[in-house]
Parts: sequence; structure tokens; C-alpha cells
Amino acid sequence: MKLDIKNGKVDMSHGSGGRAMAKLINELFIKHLNNTLLRQGNDSACFQIPEQATGSGRMVMATDAHVISPLFFPGGDIGSLAVHGTVNDIAMSGAKPLYLSASFILEEGFPLADLECIVISMAEAAETASVSIIAGDTKVVEQGKGDGVFISTTGIGVVPQGVNISGDKAQAGDAILISGSMGDHGIAILSKRENLDFETTIESDSAALNSLVADMVNAVPQIHCLRDPTRGGLATTLNELATQSKVGMQIKESNIPVNPQVTAACELLGLDPLYIANEGKLIAICAKADAENLLSVMRDHPLGKDAAIIGEVITDKHNLVQMETCFGGQRVVDWLVGEPLPRIC
Amino acid sequence: MKYVDEFREQQQAKAIATTIAKEAKSERHYRLMEFCGGHTHAIFRYGIPDLMPDNVEFVHGPGCPVCVLPIGRLDEAMQLAEKHKVILCTYGDMMRVPGGKRRSLTQAKADGADIRMVYSTQDVLKIARDNPGQQVVFFAIGFETTTPPTAVAIKQAKAEGLKNFSVFCNHVLTPAALGAILNTDKPVDIDAFLGPSHVSTIIGSRPYERFAEQYGKPIVIAGFEPLDVMQSALMAIRLVNENRNVVENEYTRAVTRAGNTKAQALVNEVFELRSSFEWRGLGLIPDSALQIRAEYSEYDAKKRFLVQAQPVTDVKGCECPAILRGQKKPMECKLFGTVCTPENPMGSCMVSSEGACAAYWSYGRFRSEAS
Amino acid sequence: MCLAIPAEVISIDGDVAQVSLGGVKKEISLALVDDVVIGDFVLLHVGYALNIINQEEAEKTLQLFVEAGMLEIQS
Repeated sequence: MKLDIKNGKVDMSHGSGGRAMAKLINELFIKHLNNTLLRQGNDSACFQIPEQATGSGRMVMATDAHVISPLFFPGGDIGSLAVHGTVNDIAMSGAKPLYLSASFILEEGFPLADLECIVISMAEAAETASVSIIAGDTKVVEQGKGDGVFISTTGIGVVPQGVNISGDKAQAGDAILISGSMGDHGIAILSKRENLDFETTIESDSAALNSLVADMVNAVPQIHCLRDPTRGGLATTLNELATQSKVGMQIKESNIPVNPQVTAACELLGLDPLYIANEGKLIAICAKADAENLLSVMRDHPLGKDAAIIGEVITDKHNLVQMETCFGGQRVVDWLVGEPLPRIC
Repeated sequence: MKYVDEFREQQQAKAIATTIAKEAKSERHYRLMEFCGGHTHAIFRYGIPDLMPDNVEFVHGPGCPVCVLPIGRLDEAMQLAEKHKVILCTYGDMMRVPGGKRRSLTQAKADGADIRMVYSTQDVLKIARDNPGQQVVFFAIGFETTTPPTAVAIKQAKAEGLKNFSVFCNHVLTPAALGAILNTDKPVDIDAFLGPSHVSTIIGSRPYERFAEQYGKPIVIAGFEPLDVMQSALMAIRLVNENRNVVENEYTRAVTRAGNTKAQALVNEVFELRSSFEWRGLGLIPDSALQIRAEYSEYDAKKRFLVQAQPVTDVKGCECPAILRGQKKPMECKLFGTVCTPENPMGSCMVSSEGACAAYWSYGRFRSEAS
Repeated sequence: MCLAIPAEVISIDGDVAQVSLGGVKKEISLALVDDVVIGDFVLLHVGYALNIINQEEAEKTLQLFVEAGMLEIQS
């Protein structure tokens, strides 16, 4: 009897390891994530060591847990977000992502139709990023013990020859670039948050950045740092890099692209776009001489069309990120403190 | 955004800055206290001190309702959530503030209390309607700007006969706080005040007039945007130069002398003056806060639930009382930057991002070293 | 003291209005103000309109900024 995806719900039997679980895995997960390694159906997926890895001899691995509410939001869902998150973490080392694994914690009562949408969007995201999900696991928790579905993903990738990107490689005089507008993801999520509903056409920018990074690394292999400014936003990520590289940073507010509706939503809620999460943007730090070339390569790619040079790395024993405001004065851009909660004063 | 972008225009800022430099007499020092945390935020957010001549200095005032709320009141709110198992609704600002045992509402929530962040009192009413079986308490904070929305919610609850809605009232009053700052034995080394923008849209500019005369200090009601702040600074400098202790209104697009009479009437209908109220950093101030009137006592959480008052003294060595009055700077406090940081705020001025110490920590603390 | 931001009223239904701020739309309460019409800009705070922004006064203030800046050029 086929799985009733349209009206069915996750129940404890789907986590029991028996026939019901096998049916769920075959008729939902494998059906959509379909690839030969996953179809091996063993406890682990076996594959040849990719030949590029033997060249540089270096591989990278990254892992992420995804818990988000709401599960479906403008511009994406927990499924596409899970794939993009891990693909991007791998891409930030300049590596080419190859394989992902995904494990699901499902809550008893979660509609199978929603689960299928999530798995389909994972499959599509993987295909766009030309990676395959080759291993997985499913567990079920009792109702009330989970938030519908949690997904954790792990990925591996291969670092090309001559590429050595890391957060501690920024040097004074380097240029700081970003690949597009700040704050879209965070505001898209906040707009759907209970008690906060406001209407906006802003969508999450959730996207796989590996093809953009491939173009960038191809043109400028000696990029010093790459990082995606997710939680805590641009401000927090720049502070992380400044501390890791023991440098200071001087940026210019008027160079930082922010979507007008993101600015407006932040004004409404008393938030600062520099601290709002992004899920499809990256920060690149490279030698000043390479900046213009890198910028044009980024702008030629759809995910980098709004790329901009926003400032430079400087020597500063306090490792501060400072900003020339749109008003002319100077301001320190500090780490995020607590959560970016809407404020009234 | 209309009425916003044109008040943040950089070229205009440079032009006004040059005029300020010209009109601020070089032989004297101008100490302007911006009374409202919103202005403190704008001053640091836009880096306005860099556009000011060295002899014009902003002194940060009491900041905002989060900064001045005594720890004891926060502990009482936690008692409501934890002991009485109510659904406690609060504005986002209060979530991170550490209470008596350094515990915040965020931590109480993690320990199982049902604490929800709301953007508006309308959200609280909705939560009460959606949970008829549970008591819902709104943790009401804020100055005269934020009081009318609480009054509206109480009246609406009464009209709808909502049985599970009540308010833990901590609304405070601006003129009384201004008086508390001025009325002190040590001389108040402040030449002029920039008055709050949005409190004044409600109460108007008239209530400040008696302070200008009585304490001989000019007061300029300043708008919220950076150009408003600079223009108001220029107006204040002119009043100081002409030795005229009057109230002037720069924020004329939103503030009138009488204010919003409809909102004032609503507030007076639901609330009455509280004989005295303890302010964090300023101590007990008479007639400085509001309480719910008898005819609405059904909606007073303190009457509906037994809540023990929690007197908590301020942290030893904390200079907030002097910093709030502009008598000391954050760096003159031993705790600043050592024990007391935004992650671990000890005194009122570090608690919210608009408090004098927090604003100085995140935006300006290395400015003095650099210059 | 309190964060409030000007927003344009785009529709009214009794005591409830929809406003737009730079394209972001939100439903707010008009309980604290009277005689609001579509096209007015109101000061929005915690979901309530505090008052109606005076267009004429706004222009006067902007003119004051220009004059303040002008002094620097003349003298």
C-alpha cells in the first residue's frame, strides 16, 4: 500500500526501523534525492577519492544544524536552506563541494506533504549546486518534542591547487568586498514571525554560492578570506575576521548595498541591517591590487550583480571595525550583543 | 522614506557643522545634555561628535525606560511568570536586562517560563483572546509616548470583558526625571538640554517651560533625525550665548505646545499619579510614575496577583547616578569595561543600547584614545 | 526615549489603518489620533499612530537647515 503523502502524517512507526520507515525512505527521500550512491542503501556511501583531491591533497568538511521558524518562508524553506548552508560553508574555503549527508528529526504528527515539499526543495537545491546527497538518517520524536522538522547536514569538498583561504589571512591594505545587499534573509523571516507581521516583498536570499566562488577563485586564486555573513550579519562576521586576523577594518556605510525595504523594516523595528542575517551573500578580502578584477568577476555572476567594495583592512591593536557613516561621522561597528530583537526605544 | 531621508542628508550636515563651529564661542565650553536615549543612539549611530567643534560636548542623559527601571521591578515581572505561571508579554527591549540574581527574562524563558515578545499592546490582547484559560500579563514600560497604547489596551479589554488580561504598570514621566536631574545639591554642569522628540509629541512642549525658568537652563525640543539633532544643538548654543532660559521647539513637524490632547485624556482616564517611584540610578522621585486607577483596578496585575516587592540596591562602585546627571563620564567609573560591559551590564547606563555607557562602549570608547 | 518613524496611511477601516514605510506595509491602530485621511503621514510607535506629521512645518524645518548652512557661505 503506497505511502499516503497527501493526507498522511509522520508517526512513531516511521522512526522504528521497520517496514514503515523503509517505505518512507524509499517513497519520499530516495524518490526525490535520487542518486546511485544513495541507492547503495548501505549504512554508509562508498565512493572513489576524487582526483582533484589528490592534486592539492586537501579536502574540507562542514556541518550545520537547521532549526527555523517558520519552516517555509518567502524565498525558501528549511530544505533549501539546509543544502545552501553547508554548500556555502564548504565554498568559503574555495573548495568545490562534492557530497552532502542529511539527517532528519521529525516530529510525530508532521504532515508528509510538507515533508515532501522540503525534500523536493532539497533535491532542487542540491542539483543547482551540482552536489548529491548520498547519505541520510531519519528519527521521529513524540509530538511536542520537536518543531515539525530539524535537519542537520554535513558536506565534503575538494580544495583546488594553489588556493589557501582562511579567516586569519587578512592584511592591512587589503580590500573588503561583499557580494550583494545585506539583511534580506533576516527581514524575510522576521516578517512572518508571530506578533510581528508586516508585509514586504523582500525574499530570503538563500542560495548556493559555490559557482560564484568558483569564478572568483579562478580569477584570483590568492584571495585571502571568504566568509558568509549568516547569523549576526555583516557586522559580527567582520568582527570575527578582524579578531582572527588581528587587524582593524575601516568601512564606508554609503558603499554597503541595502534593499530599501530592508532599511524600512529595520527603521520600523529599531534594528540595524548590519546585524541582520544573510543566507546567500559572502564577504571577500583580497589584496588591493586584485580588488577591481575580483569585483568585476563577481558582478558578472547573477549572485554577485550588486557586489561592492565596502572598505579596507587597517592596522589597529584594538581590532575594531570602524565605519564612516552616511552622515559623515565615524562610528565603531561592534559585535552583536544578545539577539537582534525589535526595540521600542 | 519620506520625512526620514531628507533629515539625514550629509551635505546639509557639513554646512550646519561649519555654522556651529562659527557660533560656538571658542573661549567657552558648551555641555549639551540629550535627555533621551533615542538622541544618544542617533548621536553615535551617525558619528555626530565628529562633526562638532571640540568645545561642544554631548552629555548623555537617563536614556530610556529600560535603563531607569529598577531591578526589583524586573524581578517582580519574573515572579509573575514563574510563580503565578502567567503568560508574560513584554517589549523586546526588556528581554536581555539582567535582574536581581543576574537572571534575565530570556533566561527565565529558557527555564520554562512563558515569556513572549510583542511589538504592540494589540498583540497582547490577541494572545489573551487566544488563550482564554491562561492569565496574560503585559509588562508595561515606557515614558509618555508608550503609555497611551497601554491605556487603549486596558479600555479595550474592559469593553470586551476580557477576564484574563492585566497590566504590570511601570510607566514613568519625563518632566519629573528632568527635575530630579536638575534638583541636586552638586551643581549641574550642563549648559542646555535637548528635549525628547516623541515624548513631546504626546505631552507637548509646555511642561518643560517651568524647568527652563526655575533652573535657568535653555531647552530645545529636538527631532529624532541627525540633522534635527545638529540644528537643535545650534539653537541651544544660540540660547546659551544670548543667555535666554526658554524652551524652543525644533521638531515643529511633530510637536506642538499642547501635544496630543486625545492621548493625554485617555491616559488620565486610566492612570493616575503614583506618589513616588524608584528610578534606577536616580533613586526615589515623587510624582514620577503612573498607576492604574481604582475603576480599572481589575486590570492591575499587582492587585490581581500577590507579588512581593523586591527592593534591590544598585551595584557598589557603579557611577550611574553621577553619569545620568552628566557629572561623570563612563570611563570615570571603575566598573566600566572591566566588570560592566554590554554582555554583563551592572548599572542602568550600560543596560540598553541607548544608555550612556552602552552607547559609549560600542560606539565611542576608543575615540578619546584616538583623538 | 521612544522609537517612532513616519509612515504613509494607505487605507483606513474604522480605528485600524494600513500604512506603508518605504514599501513595507503594516496594520496599525488610529486610537490615539483623529481625522486621519489617506495620504497623511503619521508617526508610528509600537503599532499606534502618535500624531499626523505637519507637512508645512516639515518644509519650514528643512528651510531652516538650508539657512543655517547658508550662513557659512555668506560670512
